[in-house]
Amino acid sequence: MKIMEGSHAVAEAVKACRPHVISAYPITPQTHIVEEISRMVADGELACEYIRVESEHSAMSVCVGASATGARTYTATTSQGMALMHEVLFNAAGLRLPIVMTAVNRALSAPINIWDDQQDAISQRDTGWIQLHAEDSQEASDMIIQAYRIAEDHDVLLPVMIGMDGFILTHVYEPVELCPQEKVDEFLPLYEPTQYLTPKNPLTFGPIVDPSMYMEFRYMIHEAMGRAKKKIMNVASEFRDKFGRYYGGLIDTYEAEDAEVLILAMGSVIGTIKDAIDELRADGKKVGLVKVRCYRPFPAEAILEAAKDAKAIAVLDKNISLGHEGALYTDVKSVLYNKGPLALGFILGLGGRDITKSTIENIVAKAQKAIESGRVEEESEFVDLDQEVL
Amino acid sequence: MKEIRIHGRGGQGVVTSAELLAIAAFEDGKFSQAFPFFGFERRGAPIVSFVRISDSPIRLRSHIYNPDYLIVQDPTLVGVVEVTSGVRPDGMVIVNTEKEPEKLELEAEAQVRTINATKIAMDVLGRPIMNTALIGAFARATGEISVESIKHAVMNRFPGEMGEKNAEAVQKAYDMMRG
Repeated sequence: MKIMEGSHAVAEAVKACRPHVISAYPITPQTHIVEEISRMVADGELACEYIRVESEHSAMSVCVGASATGARTYTATTSQGMALMHEVLFNAAGLRLPIVMTAVNRALSAPINIWDDQQDAISQRDTGWIQLHAEDSQEASDMIIQAYRIAEDHDVLLPVMIGMDGFILTHVYEPVELCPQEKVDEFLPLYEPTQYLTPKNPLTFGPIVDPSMYMEFRYMIHEAMGRAKKKIMNVASEFRDKFGRYYGGLIDTYEAEDAEVLILAMGSVIGTIKDAIDELRADGKKVGLVKVRCYRPFPAEAILEAAKDAKAIAVLDKNISLGHEGALYTDVKSVLYNKGPLALGFILGLGGRDITKSTIENIVAKAQKAIESGRVEEESEFVDLDQEVL
Repeated sequence: MKEIRIHGRGGQGVVTSAELLAIAAFEDGKFSQAFPFFGFERRGAPIVSFVRISDSPIRLRSHIYNPDYLIVQDPTLVGVVEVTSGVRPDGMVIVNTEKEPEKLELEAEAQVRTINATKIAMDVLGRPIMNTALIGAFARATGEISVESIKHAVMNRFPGEMGEKNAEAVQKAYDMMRG
């Protein structure tokens, strides 16, 4: 084990995957990842084409072009940069290109804010990218290696983004175990594209498709998303066998088996929730956790299985679909419709607002109150709002 | 678990101090975590960083509201921000200043210790970069981290002569601080 910055743990994993092309544009708090990678390339530690560009739109466009030639590609971005990529993200998925990206999570303007929430990644929900979320530096690093295996599988062939909470994980120093190169080489063979651009065999990628076929292409992406579920679970298990670390498949659970109140969340808040659960359990409260590792494809079956015996589930969203509610909450309710526990939605942690153990304890208390009264009074609420600012 | 909060200003190495403490604690065989809370990055702005040290893996990621130890790199922050907010009564506050503890108008039940780390930095490094000296003083005053591990972390971070000079500042502050 080593102690290092989360961003550097990610850079080390990227290096171990031997990417051919990396293109990125620096933006806080993603910067330390791409700075470290460009240092590796400049110092000759990583033999790869690092292409500097003038925007995130160009960074993703470079990745699309490079990936279409059969190159393993990587990029990282956050917030406004991710928003600027939006258009190209659809192309990467539609062209079935297995690009891997670290989606450092940060709030969106306006007002401008450089701190963490997950609005940026959630806003890319429908682009056709597989979306994973990491709990700590170790998982953010290990997920890179898993992501290439998932993305490049011929039954999947879809890009993967890995959510990593900005500052909270990118800038944290904590112990991390890096994967030895020879083991990564065994786990992750060279990418073998089914089709790729080469002058020897000219092909057209992404031609216009008229109404007679467009729906079929969308259907095929949707089907690949469905197949990715099994692949994500299998890769997680294979990773455990190879490297000895496991974080769950599509979801993970903690103290969930006999839980009356379940908390469902994703990202770096998971650790704080686990500590809060230990304290609540010591108080005799039956509280557990469902950690969502994979947001798209959405693990409907796994969540239903984990939640079916609970009395209430509190869904934590570090995002909001303005005018409605948190995105995870909507998804979870659709899964539990008519067959599950009471569901409560909480919007919290926006723009870097700190989430403490007492935040979690208050949420659990609200869920317990709903159980006692048998009904949810306020479906979706903002947590810890400062009334003086309003 | 021990929790440390460091107050300083942008450019004073607030974040580096936290990282060095975490690295040194890890080298001592503990689990550790360090992370910053930036304002908008600019020189002179008040900045806070956090360190946790534990015998078991650390999962908690919230800010530190009730630190066992508080390190104040810049005494001019006293009165500007509530530096001593939430410090545990049985904890310790370490301030970089030439003043004696009783001359500081700090509102804290915790024990207050002072060291003129800026002077040590000027004497040894020729520059007022006092963060490494201050964590040397921390090692002595609290006994939480070995001075050897801190010096090792400092020399790894700043290779060559700069690292050696900073390690010297660490040792000097360690020797000057009473245990």
